[in-house]
Amino acid sequence: MSVADANTAANALDALSVDNTGWAADARSSALARLREMGLQTKRDEYWRYTDPATLTSQDAPQAALFDAGEKPLFDDVERLKIVFVDGVFDAEASDDLSLENVEISRLAETASADIHWAKTLYGTLESNGQDPVERPLAAMNTALASDGVLMRVTGKVSKPVSLIYRHKSESSDAILHHVIKVEQGGDITLTENGPAAARFNKVMEVDIADGASFHHVRAQGRDHERRAVTHIFTRLGAESTFKSFTLTANGVLTRNECVIELTGDDAVATVAGAAVGDGVFHHDDTVFITHDAVNCESRQVFKKVLRNGAVGVFQGKILVKEGAQKTDGYQISQSLLLDEDSQFLAKPELEIYADDVACSHGSTSGAIDEDALFYLQSRGVPVKQAQDLLVLAFLAEALEEIDSDALSEALHQRLEDWLARRSA
Amino acid sequence: MQMTLVLVVKNVSKEKKMLEIKNLQVGLEEEDKQILKGVDLKIGAGEVHAIMGPNGSGKSTLSYVLSGKDGYEVTGGSAVLNGEELLEMEPEERAAAGLFLAFQYPVEIPGVGNMTFLRTAVNAQRKARGEEELSAGEFLKVIRAKAMELEIDADMLKRPVNVGFSGGEKKRNEILQMAMLEPKMCILDETDSGLDVDAMKLVSQGVNALRSEGRSFLVITHYQRLLDHIKPDVVHIMANGKIIKSGGPELALEVENNGYADLLAEVA
Repeated sequence: MSVADANTAANALDALSVDNTGWAADARSSALARLREMGLQTKRDEYWRYTDPATLTSQDAPQAALFDAGEKPLFDDVERLKIVFVDGVFDAEASDDLSLENVEISRLAETASADIHWAKTLYGTLESNGQDPVERPLAAMNTALASDGVLMRVTGKVSKPVSLIYRHKSESSDAILHHVIKVEQGGDITLTENGPAAARFNKVMEVDIADGASFHHVRAQGRDHERRAVTHIFTRLGAESTFKSFTLTANGVLTRNECVIELTGDDAVATVAGAAVGDGVFHHDDTVFITHDAVNCESRQVFKKVLRNGAVGVFQGKILVKEGAQKTDGYQISQSLLLDEDSQFLAKPELEIYADDVACSHGSTSGAIDEDALFYLQSRGVPVKQAQDLLVLAFLAEALEEIDSDALSEALHQRLEDWLARRSA
Repeated sequence: MQMTLVLVVKNVSKEKKMLEIKNLQVGLEEEDKQILKGVDLKIGAGEVHAIMGPNGSGKSTLSYVLSGKDGYEVTGGSAVLNGEELLEMEPEERAAAGLFLAFQYPVEIPGVGNMTFLRTAVNAQRKARGEEELSAGEFLKVIRAKAMELEIDADMLKRPVNVGFSGGEKKRNEILQMAMLEPKMCILDETDSGLDVDAMKLVSQGVNALRSEGRSFLVITHYQRLLDHIKPDVVHIMANGKIIKSGGPELALEVENNGYADLLAEVA
């Protein structure tokens, strides 16, 4: 970033203002103050060295052509409650009625003018906590400026998934959504997200999981080739609670998914997994920061990327085990399958451990398709392209296995298979 | 009259030819090294041929070159299966044409279920031959029966291909694939290596059950032992990239008793 650009960005930040009415006003003002103090990120920042944030921080969103894959909507066969946003704007007509047993659902935009809301103590709180030790300016910007989002309070086991569907209809849309989910003791919910959302999408999701509660998240990011997205999940886990998140990404010129997890109660389990398939102009970045701050917790990171025709994959994953977080079990694996020599995988695994009775493992590999396996399949009569697809799916399988729901897992698996078959045809 | 009869017989035997390898010469792509130096071999339909030979004689190379593995350069000769030139085809086309190689070291494929793998293979071949694909139900019925004969349990079918299989399980899995794919020309590359006596019996039974008039076998082995179970019609001795001697089953016994030294000396 040049000096002139930096000045423009600073001026732009100065010119920003937040909605200063209603229950979220304080959170928005302090987020804006945080953002001004931090400034927007540049490629010089340690955790942005592999991914250029310029088009995510620029004043206007770069245009993104619409893409109609001509396929049946994802998860169509799964019984669920649908909440639809079009370019970041809630679409009441396309959405289901927001009432469902054991979960209270409202929207940020709809409740903004009210003075009281249960989400007041959470909105921006986990995001703010997650700014230390690594700054995440785009998340602070989100808290300050989000136009809408879903606020969910889960009080028991929810019978079907809540599904956030993000449609993209305008080539220049610049959407900012902020969701807050509070899973209370005994609560158990599955949230799905899918769709391209906008030309540029900035999304934050704060998830507070109480003792003994469970949160399952399955996401498929939209396939519009030119779309950009920066997403953050901030989550805090109580004792014996579960957090499981899986993301499938195919296409998209730029995607940065950050996940900031804090295990604060004993015996909690957090899993974050992802499968990415990139072809051509594709840059996908998974950045994870997991803090173990309780005894006997388990965390798993499983990321797989298949890259070809110059696609770039990035993984930055850190496990921080605080003093006293004994019996921590941390597992991290990031692997890429490079289908040609033009593609690139950049990985930065980190461990920082201050407790003495912990088991942490991390592995990162990058390799080509296994020629012996390919020949073995061919020798049994499987055509080379089909054999390659089979091996690609097999490679991604380990990440997909992290999804608990068979119906959702099967839907994603089928989708992947179709994409590969169509590409090979 | 008699002359005509003889001619007819000859024509029949000619029609029944399965695999004919002529003066096959093969080197490594990466280095300037000749491995096969003119192999000639004719296998009739329904026949079982065995190839024995010392280490490094080119036995495995022959099986890989016939099935189309990368890394070899054919510098001369031909290999014709049922009237089709094999060496011009992709590996999957050779399989569809009826060739099958039971690997010496079956490959492990994590993430691909054994059953999925088999069904994909069977249907790919059916498709290549213009036949209708088998439904999941039909396939299941066939595979269950064949797996049972080879003492392959449901768990082995569900597990990823060859992952965590014992040596014996891997070889049985090869024979199961052979049984499912019903090839015309089966090459067994040291299928006996790593097998105990019981496993060898089981594998041999599986192979013998597949013997038929329309199916031929080329059994590559170091030891006569396997040939006690799978009785060959013809035994070839391969050394230094060539077949140096062919004969009946007694040739295998001769090797077992005296080693290769005498045979090699004979040729030299």
